[in-house]
Amino acid sequence: MRPALIALQAIVLREALRFVRQRSRFIAALVRPLVWLVVFAAGFRAALGLSITPPYQTYITYEIYIVPGLCGMIILFNSMQSALSLVYDREMGSMRLLLTSPLPRWWLLMCRLIAATVMSIVQVYAFLAIAALYGIRLPWEGYILALPALIIAGLTLGALGLALSSLIHQLENFAGVMNFVIFPMFFLSSALYPLWKMAESSETLHDICAVNPFTHTVELIRFALYGEFNVGALGWTALAGVIFLALALWGYDPAHGLTRRKG
Amino acid sequence: MSGLCINSLTYAFGAKTALSDVSFSVEEGRFCALLGPNGAGKSTLFALLTRLFTTRQGQIMVAGADLSRSPRAALAQIGVVFQQTTLDLDLTVERNLRYFAALHGLSGRAADACITAALERLDMVERRHERARDLNGGHRRRAEIARSLLHDPAVLLLDEPTVGLDAASRRAITDYVHALSQDAGKTVLWATHLTDEVQDGDQLVLLHHGQILANGNCAQLRADQALADYFLLQTGATA
Repeated sequence: MRPALIALQAIVLREALRFVRQRSRFIAALVRPLVWLVVFAAGFRAALGLSITPPYQTYITYEIYIVPGLCGMIILFNSMQSALSLVYDREMGSMRLLLTSPLPRWWLLMCRLIAATVMSIVQVYAFLAIAALYGIRLPWEGYILALPALIIAGLTLGALGLALSSLIHQLENFAGVMNFVIFPMFFLSSALYPLWKMAESSETLHDICAVNPFTHTVELIRFALYGEFNVGALGWTALAGVIFLALALWGYDPAHGLTRRKG
Repeated sequence: MSGLCINSLTYAFGAKTALSDVSFSVEEGRFCALLGPNGAGKSTLFALLTRLFTTRQGQIMVAGADLSRSPRAALAQIGVVFQQTTLDLDLTVERNLRYFAALHGLSGRAADACITAALERLDMVERRHERARDLNGGHRRRAEIARSLLHDPAVLLLDEPTVGLDAASRRAITDYVHALSQDAGKTVLWATHLTDEVQDGDQLVLLHHGQILANGNCAQLRADQALADYFLLQTGATA
């Protein structure tokens, strides 16, 4: 096997072992969207009327509507968890070990990104399985066709986490990132309500939601779950992914980002 | 030369200069003690040597490879033990070493052979299945040194590797790494602020406020003084 693939396998395995060890992380990752699905959706169902919009062919319940958004939420939160562990690794020193490998640095970062994406996808399918047991079932082919969309979503949001981790100086600053990046990104998107609904309240908020990459990530997943291909959403998500990745690579370049900080 | 060569290295954190025109060479198979008080710039130098930082001012050659022009070739020749432990404490010694071997492109039987050889060298074979968390400080350090030797590097960089260890462990590790340079021909750069870790036959580089104060054979530099006295005199500190 080529050295680059050997390293990829080892990094993914290490992340998987870490994930298995942190059972509470897995449980929290599942409980969070399930609370939205079971509790919040029940409350909002009556308040929110949803018209027929693509990819839906008929009227749907609110629970059905938020499933793709909750898939995106799982990936977003896992990406941030992965970024947090990168910051932790840097503070604890093991990041240094990774970066002194003779493999190209961009590849080492890609390995971390792929590992985070794999962990995200495992969690998304676990969530979809529980949702199906709860009675929220999607077209069977959607579960398969969503996989490429989930991979792209995982890589894009993972790259965002990677870029943020290169900017965060200390572990304590991570709470700030959660408040100022993750929550606005999640709430100012189509994850919980369709954009036309947002436009009824505020055109400005609608416009912000429309340029939020997370909106397009969620729409990419939503369409894929119904066997449809949303070119616009794919384009926006991929573009955002490339920008986030470029920022991450810049941030981890020893001449620019984190490594210029002492410690 | 095939050892380690540092030429006119300068590095600053913003307006604060951490290293100023640092130049010295370590010949192949030589043990070089980089002695300096806390804040002298030793860790910054190690960060530059391991390419965690880069600078345009100066040049680093590792076993003949230019670190800035051929970073992969240079990094492949470096084994490093950082001041802070970098073991995953929840993994066994073997899994830690296997992870590192993979980062150097080693897997399967090749990795097994390297891991066994490295653990045998450090007398750690019987601890290969123990979790790093369950090892004492001395054994953790030995595991890290074993790990640094896995890919048979030409140059070993150790940044204050005995920090937090008891006297016996410090002595054992210091003696072992000295033997590595003498018997296995490894070029060693050992950063420390503890004078008792330096032997008379070692090359001594004295670093203070980011500058080289002295570079030469330890016995010749200290002459009739104890090394601790020489060190305090040179750095202007008082006991």
